[in-house]
Amino acid sequence: MYKISLPVISNNPDCRGTSNAPGAVSPRLNQPFLTGVIDTPAGIVPRVSSTLTWKDSRDQFKARWGVGRMNYSIEPGLYALNNPDAASPVLVTANYKMSFDKLRQALPGQNLWILVLDTKGINVWCAAGKGTFGTEELVSKIENCRLKETVNHRNIILPQLGAPGVAAHEAKKRTGFKVYYGPVRSRDLAAYLDNGFKADSKMRTVTFALRDRAVLIPIEIVEVIKPFFLLALIFLVLGGIGGSGSYLSNMLTYGLFAIMGLLAAIIAGAVLSPVLLPYLPGRAFSVKGFFIGIIAAIALLYVRGVNFSAWPDRIEALSWLLIIPSIASYLAMNFTGASTYTSLSGVKKEMRFALPIQICAAIFGALLWLTSRLIS
Amino acid sequence: MNNLSYLKEVVTLKMDENKCTGCGMCLEVCPHQVFKINENRAIIQKRDACMECGACRKNCPAEAIYVESGVGCAAAVINSLLEKSDAACCCGPQSSPQDKNGGGCCC
Repeated sequence: MYKISLPVISNNPDCRGTSNAPGAVSPRLNQPFLTGVIDTPAGIVPRVSSTLTWKDSRDQFKARWGVGRMNYSIEPGLYALNNPDAASPVLVTANYKMSFDKLRQALPGQNLWILVLDTKGINVWCAAGKGTFGTEELVSKIENCRLKETVNHRNIILPQLGAPGVAAHEAKKRTGFKVYYGPVRSRDLAAYLDNGFKADSKMRTVTFALRDRAVLIPIEIVEVIKPFFLLALIFLVLGGIGGSGSYLSNMLTYGLFAIMGLLAAIIAGAVLSPVLLPYLPGRAFSVKGFFIGIIAAIALLYVRGVNFSAWPDRIEALSWLLIIPSIASYLAMNFTGASTYTSLSGVKKEMRFALPIQICAAIFGALLWLTSRLIS
Repeated sequence: MNNLSYLKEVVTLKMDENKCTGCGMCLEVCPHQVFKINENRAIIQKRDACMECGACRKNCPAEAIYVESGVGCAAAVINSLLEKSDAACCCGPQSSPQDKNGGGCCC
């Protein structure tokens, strides 16, 4: 067991220390979530616990809503979870703080080393896709953090979803450490460790359950706020044109309904599509979104009680039957990036037929809407 | 989960079964159980489940697997068409962290 001492403030960069001086390997020790440090033959290692503070939880909530999400990172390097010793397993993760927090939270009471790669604050899977969670970075962190001097075994456990970026056999050749791919989900890690580094096929398979989809909804909404306000303003200004009443009363009638239409499209594409994903018809996300968009448009027109006796009203209703599904379809299509099972080839194929239809339907719908305003 | 399957007959995954040594690494890294072992060699059992993440190709010591890997993200494809950012993926702080078009995708 290594000696535990109180944290000291230091401005050491990440594991760049190449000298033999102890302490050269440490990430910054003044990060707020640290609970102390551990002395090892290879230098001082900052320590964390499995319990998140209220501040950790608050920042995680904010990141889900896109607040501070691009700077939600921790210092790369070696960390100690609780009180590991030279025989303790080594887990590898990304320096996106949510990844790091989910990992330590899943291992209460365990004594482990956590090697944090510099993925520029991106989660494991995305970073592996980009290559920043990669063989090169892994090899350099193993060396710079002097892992060989810290532990007496030669095994490291990587998250399975890091595999797109890391060649296990190459890492072994270059560092001597054998790469074990752990389970997909951190909550299976304790069982994986108990099983002697063995994962069953369930632990190896990515799912996309309601809960996984639902946590992504806030960021989907945040992403459309700006275009929504811009479009809402345009519809509001143009809504006052034509019609029988004053500019202001027309604006309140048609402009406000346009805002309702945009909201319906966003709810259909960015909320209902993710939630209802497995139950919507079609394989392509754009088809799923289009379908729910049609339903949303019909529901909205029904609630409004459109009077179909006059041409302007008919044309206006038709315009919303085009605009709402095309926006919903586009937003649902963008959810492919957040999903866990879409291939790039599939997305490209889907976009080749869906994008032109979405654009044409939206433009045609907008022209119809404008026409309905001008002829009334 | 059965309803969560993406487009059919689109993926670029290929496997040279003659090169395969049957080490089983592809079964281990694949998040969608695309492979299975058949008579000491890996074969593709669920091709359409492949999401082209590239983990199998990267971790195949025998270089028996080919797949054009990439991130299946529409926003990233659009961004790369518009040359807004590097083609890889829209998530994350791209070239400049202030870049707001970082997209809500894939993270």
